[in-house]
Amino acid sequence: MSHGETVSLSQPSSAQGAAEAIHVENLHKKFGELHVLKGVSLSARDGDVIAIIGGSGSGKSTLLRCINCLENPTSGIIRVNGEEIRLKADSHGNTQPADRRQIERIRSRLGMVFQSFNLWSHMTLLENVIEVPVHVLGVKKEQAVAEAEKLLARVGLAEKRDVYPAFLSGGQQQRAAIARALAIQPRVMLFDEPTSALDPELVGEVLKVIGDLAREGRTMVLVTHEMKFAREVATHIVYLYNGVVEEEGPPAALFGSPKSDRLKQFLRNVG
Amino acid sequence: MEAKLIGAIIPAAASGIFDLLALEPPGWGGNLLRGLLSSVQIALGAYGLGLLIGIGGAYGRLYGGPVVRDLLGLYTTVVRAVPELVLILMLYFAGTDLVNRILIAFGHQPVDINGLVAGIGVLGIVQGAYSTEVLRGAILSIPQGQIEAARAYGMPPGLLLRRITLPAMLPFAIPGLANLWLIATKDTALLAIVGFNELTQTTRLAAGATKAYFTFFLAAGALYLALTLFSNVIIARVERWARCGTPKLSETR
Repeated sequence: MSHGETVSLSQPSSAQGAAEAIHVENLHKKFGELHVLKGVSLSARDGDVIAIIGGSGSGKSTLLRCINCLENPTSGIIRVNGEEIRLKADSHGNTQPADRRQIERIRSRLGMVFQSFNLWSHMTLLENVIEVPVHVLGVKKEQAVAEAEKLLARVGLAEKRDVYPAFLSGGQQQRAAIARALAIQPRVMLFDEPTSALDPELVGEVLKVIGDLAREGRTMVLVTHEMKFAREVATHIVYLYNGVVEEEGPPAALFGSPKSDRLKQFLRNVG
Repeated sequence: MEAKLIGAIIPAAASGIFDLLALEPPGWGGNLLRGLLSSVQIALGAYGLGLLIGIGGAYGRLYGGPVVRDLLGLYTTVVRAVPELVLILMLYFAGTDLVNRILIAFGHQPVDINGLVAGIGVLGIVQGAYSTEVLRGAILSIPQGQIEAARAYGMPPGLLLRRITLPAMLPFAIPGLANLWLIATKDTALLAIVGFNELTQTTRLAAGATKAYFTFFLAAGALYLALTLFSNVIIARVERWARCGTPKLSETR
């Protein structure tokens, strides 16, 4: 693995002067023989909304999950808030984080929202939202509760604070999961296909919440199948094909005049 | 005629029974209750020890290295394969013998091992094997996304176990753990074979001394039943508490 001088390969169109929140360079990920990511680079500056699109099996979810080491990259450089994640190889030749505490510190500043919500089923919505602030970040409980109530109100779930996740619709659960992510005051929000597990009539309410976050200037990396939404909220689109960045750029250019044949084909298929 | 005879016998028999079961000597009631108390102590101790072994064992079997996994697999297989009675005889006599040999080898005096501690130890090892498997299954039943979410938010392993894994697996583990508790209460009776004065041994002594076998074993049966009924009330409460995040079957769509 190279620790030498790094050059940002991708240039987001917006926020040129802003600090770089996430920097991914020449990332490779293999699952056994399967080479899922083949040298992907990505950069998110503060205020960027990066949408990663691509067909199934293109590696877009893997890329997102590598950023907080839910998947350990095989090789490559990942920097979050300017801090490079240190990796080491274990006896089986797999890489893993060299320093567990570093990973935990980095993760506690990345607000992850999952496709299947993954709320903790033994906790009420309020308990879900205050769990990480209180037990990982060491916020006082009263303060965390006050903050959580504001966040739940913001995603329209104020009156559901004492309800357990299993009693709510998918859309409500996903909005609660977004409140849980916001509660850690994340430097970057990571969304892994946040609407793919929802019934069609529930997609709108979740996209509205995410869209509001994007418009208020939150830094986000978003894996999505919602092309119309990506075009509306993203500042930068990355199209992945078969583990490589096939094409990237501002949404107007990418959707308006795609250069790659594969992207044209993809947009025809999903459109 | 018959009714009259029974009417004449029952008061006499009943008063005899109450004399036998009186709490104060020469009645044996006090001894039976002390026996029950010993049984409950052993059951609680063995169950608690079994749970600790079970949590460690389940974690080791799921997340441990290959050697740890194999050793734990061997432990649960062997303990679950051998009849409890044999295990108790083996562990009790061989175990105390082993402890004393070790003590002598290091130049200490042999000790008389406390029956309560030995009983808890032996039954705890048996309970631990079953708990390991119950908890392993329960941990596997947690939707993996919930564990992943905890990792994604930077929870260290100890906190994750305490805040997420253990409470989240509880609804899946409670039925199996409740069974294990009831089995633990009744396995204490096996310790009678090594002469420990729990409820069954006390009952045997009382029945042998008075020849009132039926009365005493019926009384012991009633005490075991009372313990089970009381346990069921507690278990139902614990289960209600543990399942508060899970919709009732009738409420699921």
